[in-house]
Amino acid sequence: MIEVRNIHYAVGAAKLVENISFDVQPGEMLAVIGANGAGKSTLLKLLCKEISPTKGDIYIRKRSIETYKLDALAKFRAVLAQINTLSISFKVHELVMMGRYPHFVHKPTEDDLRIVKTAMEETGITEFANRDYNTLSGGEQQRVQLARVIAQIYDQPKGLLFLDEPTNGLDLLYQQQILSLARGLANRGYCVISILHDINFASRYADKIMILKKGKRVAFGKPQEVITCENIHEAFNIQVRLFHDDEFKCPLVIPSMTLSEQTISK
Amino acid sequence: MKNYGLILVLLLLLLFGACVLSVCIGAVKISASELWSIIAHHSGLSTSGNFTRQQEAVLLNIRLPRVLLGAVVGGVLAIAGSALQGLFRNPLAEPGLIGISSGASLFAVMMIVLEHRYFSFMTAALGYHALAIAAFIGACITTFAVYRLAVGNGKADITTLLLAGIAINALAGSFTGLLTYMATDDQLRNITFWTLGSLGGASWQTLTGVLPFATVSLVVLPFFSKSLNALALGESQAGHMGINVTVLKRLIIVMATLGVGASVAISGMIGFVGLVIPHILRMAFSADHRLVVPGSALLGASVLVLADLVARTLFAPAELPIGILTAIIGAPVFIYIILIERRKRGGIY
Repeated sequence: MIEVRNIHYAVGAAKLVENISFDVQPGEMLAVIGANGAGKSTLLKLLCKEISPTKGDIYIRKRSIETYKLDALAKFRAVLAQINTLSISFKVHELVMMGRYPHFVHKPTEDDLRIVKTAMEETGITEFANRDYNTLSGGEQQRVQLARVIAQIYDQPKGLLFLDEPTNGLDLLYQQQILSLARGLANRGYCVISILHDINFASRYADKIMILKKGKRVAFGKPQEVITCENIHEAFNIQVRLFHDDEFKCPLVIPSMTLSEQTISK
Repeated sequence: MKNYGLILVLLLLLLFGACVLSVCIGAVKISASELWSIIAHHSGLSTSGNFTRQQEAVLLNIRLPRVLLGAVVGGVLAIAGSALQGLFRNPLAEPGLIGISSGASLFAVMMIVLEHRYFSFMTAALGYHALAIAAFIGACITTFAVYRLAVGNGKADITTLLLAGIAINALAGSFTGLLTYMATDDQLRNITFWTLGSLGGASWQTLTGVLPFATVSLVVLPFFSKSLNALALGESQAGHMGINVTVLKRLIIVMATLGVGASVAISGMIGFVGLVIPHILRMAFSADHRLVVPGSALLGASVLVLADLVARTLFAPAELPIGILTAIIGAPVFIYIILIERRKRGGIY
């Protein structure tokens, strides 16, 4: 579904993304993790066609991303950005309907209305449908935005969903809700790529994890293979301990109490 | 969505009512039945002449072009204001922000002050319209300068656009000031009247001068409503929804400049219409641009037609500059909107 082949992206002398390759299949959820400034958001912008790679190719559904127009991509690819401020206040249902904008010219069809309703039900925001978006709490706003992006690709089997730190600033319950929804979409055949901060959430929900450091790929693969003390230390420069729990398919990561000598000596 | 259609129809009726009221009231009174028989007479529906020649002449040569000009100018100012507020993602945006008004007034003042020395060829070639054409050219030049300053890598950054607008406005304002300083008493009076705005120059000729530009803005801008809604989410978010934001910005700025530039050229500076009208609609009904953009055109037109009616009848036979009137009405309305909005947010900023 998505194939990324040796992409590079540089601004002047600064190499923000260096030689990254990976692929994601329909039904898979990929989590991208890495320290601040590792190039996660730049990578997502490249995948969204907001910026073009200086070298390398991105293929979406076997076609180079360069051959797509923005409105063609928007029909089957939705993006949940990290920061969502609204300059003009809209009602929640109006905002979710915006997700259907790529699909209708002037008036929403019956299908569009039905999809908006379902997306609001799935994200549990039906009760706020007539509320003003700006009066909602952070967690509620994030769910409204998620409903919008789900509505955008709801009727697109094998659609693409990109999430940029969707759980930022939310409490544990909302974090879990949002990632469960994303996981559910992947199970239905969508291809989900999410930037995440929490390593345990990443390995709990994703099929594959990619670890980035300074624009380069440190590791890419199944959580069991990728989440190792060495990789985490390499990417985040922290010492961690791994705990094995029978209920989870992969180890849990806990920061060790003391900072590494390496960190301190720096 | 259904409601929007109804609201727009009601606004259209309001505009129609405002126009009828405005053509009937004035130094020469025309009653509704007389108005009807003049129209019927001219459209060949009836031959009864239940009106005086004077009424007919006043209606056709003075009132009608003036009311229509008021409607067109008000409509264009308000629709451009609503589109620019959406584009800038800022409720304080108005056509003046990107240099349209300051450029127009600089060139208009230049024509008034320096005409005899340098621009007599323009007056010779264009006659009465020289001032309007100069103002239009000025509006286009400053807006283009503001836009060019803000474009990097083919993209116009909105913050830079606002800052460039402030800079170019200040520059144009300083030159206008310099020219005002050089002006004679007569010229000063002219400048003042132009700056205060008036529909007094209305005739079929001026109307046909504005109409092509205004029609383009009025017809094209509502088509961007859906994109402007998406833009409220943010520029990259709009891009993710398939909207080419770069093209959108360019088109909206061109459309606003065409319409507003032509209007300002004919009627001078009429403030507050572009700023306040979209706010009234947003507060009363919905922030959805599919309502606000076309609705602004209709409400702006009605408001300016009525404001002009007041401006020319209040101290008749003298005429109040309409810009003064729109500011006197507009500013308190704006303050009221601010207070209501504050209360809605529970007083929290």
